[in-house]
Amino acid sequence: MIPFPLHLESLLTKPLTYLVFLLIGFLFGYVLEISGFNHSPSLASQFYFKDLRVFKVFFTAIVVGMLLLFLSSAVGLLDYNLIWVNPTYLWSGIVGGLIMGFGFILGGFCPGTSLVALATLKIDGIFFVLGGLVGVFLFGETVDFYKFFFNGSYYGRLTLMDVFNLPAGIVVILVTLMAVFMLWGGEKLEKIYGNKDPKKAPKARYYGAGVLVIVAVAIAIIGQPTTADRWNNLESIRGDDLKNREVYVHPGELLDTFHNHKLNLVMIDVRNEADFNLFHLLDAENLLPEEIQDSIDEFIALPANTVIVVMSNDEVTSTEVWKTLTAQAVPNVYIFSGGINNWLETFSTSVEDIVCGKITRAGEEELHFEFNAALGSNCPAAYPDHDLYHFEYEKKIELDLKRAPVGGGCG
Amino acid sequence: MTENNKEKKKKFHLKDLFNRPSKPYANPYLGGVLLGMVLFASYFITGNGLGASGGLSRIAAFIEDLIAPGHIDQVPYLITMAGGQLNPLDSWIVIVTAGVLIGGFTSGVIHGRTKFETNKGPNISNQTRWLFAFLGGILFTYGARLARGCTSGQALSGGATLSAGSWVVMFSIFGGAYALAYFVRRLWN
Repeated sequence: MIPFPLHLESLLTKPLTYLVFLLIGFLFGYVLEISGFNHSPSLASQFYFKDLRVFKVFFTAIVVGMLLLFLSSAVGLLDYNLIWVNPTYLWSGIVGGLIMGFGFILGGFCPGTSLVALATLKIDGIFFVLGGLVGVFLFGETVDFYKFFFNGSYYGRLTLMDVFNLPAGIVVILVTLMAVFMLWGGEKLEKIYGNKDPKKAPKARYYGAGVLVIVAVAIAIIGQPTTADRWNNLESIRGDDLKNREVYVHPGELLDTFHNHKLNLVMIDVRNEADFNLFHLLDAENLLPEEIQDSIDEFIALPANTVIVVMSNDEVTSTEVWKTLTAQAVPNVYIFSGGINNWLETFSTSVEDIVCGKITRAGEEELHFEFNAALGSNCPAAYPDHDLYHFEYEKKIELDLKRAPVGGGCG
Repeated sequence: MTENNKEKKKKFHLKDLFNRPSKPYANPYLGGVLLGMVLFASYFITGNGLGASGGLSRIAAFIEDLIAPGHIDQVPYLITMAGGQLNPLDSWIVIVTAGVLIGGFTSGVIHGRTKFETNKGPNISNQTRWLFAFLGGILFTYGARLARGCTSGQALSGGATLSAGSWVVMFSIFGGAYALAYFVRRLWN
């Protein structure tokens, strides 16, 4: 089991959790202040290439933060799937970013730096914060006029690794090299436009840049943990759940869950398309086992009351998929006990026999029913009448709220 | 601890506190390394990055809730923060914001940089600077709400976690600022 990030809500009382956040905020404010982020001319002069102090702090911080994150993930200390990664909304991000840029050069601050300026009694910072409160108010009043734009072009938890189809280690190296190049170029520009002599800056920064690149290469060599690595870490904890059938859901419980509107039930049918077309449960989603890996981010981003039930014809394939999802830190994943065959044996009616097909016997992970046509979810058994069935079963579905943060610092 | 110290200092050496000689800011690369470490610590311990505009927007919602509580319940964007019995200030991001204020103040006092002053370009008056700071604040947080995060929550935090959208936001912020910089050069030069 990967120990970090901690799930503070379940470890600490609320005041203690808030104390941790207060401390993080304190350090954030302290570092912003010593970096000169409360001084608006420093912030603005980076846009005239005169003093790139803020630019340097900013890109150094991104690279250092990134390297520490991916290094701790590579050595198995931090679960990248459990940290908040800002979802991508392309066009509202671009337009919002441009507006922010205008605000930056006019106002001389950004929200974080204006708070530090206010805290250190800079009057221009106080005016910026006041304007900021007005901006929030105006946004709340106007966003409804264009909410399709605001919520459109949504790509979910999309990373640079997904965009460029490269492993994390390579992206980390490229970002590090780009940042080092930008910082080097920044110093050249400062020399031209700001008459700053880069020779006066400490030599240590060259060694620092070297260390960053070496760490980036090390991250690429170690590599990020694979699903198999993750399952090996997890097996001692979740392996028993499989053995004791703690994660196998009885047909009766699944039927009841259809009607439990407090839960967001997601059914993943991992059989091949032919079997899926012959028969599947109403609202089940067809995903092949090899497609699961690419959908992990989407599963992680589902709402906190989501319960995922994986099903195949029997249990073998669905159990493998369960291992993949659970190893990748997708919470609340269950296996449908006995698979589609068990479901049909439980719920097929006389109507099924006449209209849809009949029971035959076949091998493991094959459909035990012969359908007359590709009926999909049109047979009655795809959505049995809840009132006709009452089962005694051991309840297995339990909502585990220990999951990735569902909101970043922007909500 | 720091609170108590400050209280004592305030009582006995109030003038000294705000009239200390200003020390220069830290080396920017050192500041960057420290900021990166704080960012990492935040993700490592809590799973969340740093943010600032989220705190501001909740404070704004809180003020609005005081003035017009009925109105809050009609604006979908505000309902999630302050609708009904929800207290918009009861969120970790507001606590981080409070920490930022205390941390910034503390460092400012220690380094003699906490003092009433207006920093501006040489060719404009204080009043002009204040006006543009106010306008800039309106634009910045409006854009930050639209892009779902500002330089902290999107560019810095999302940048380090390699979120594709955050890199787009980051380049848009810098692009917007560089594009307008030439036309408002009188403000700063």
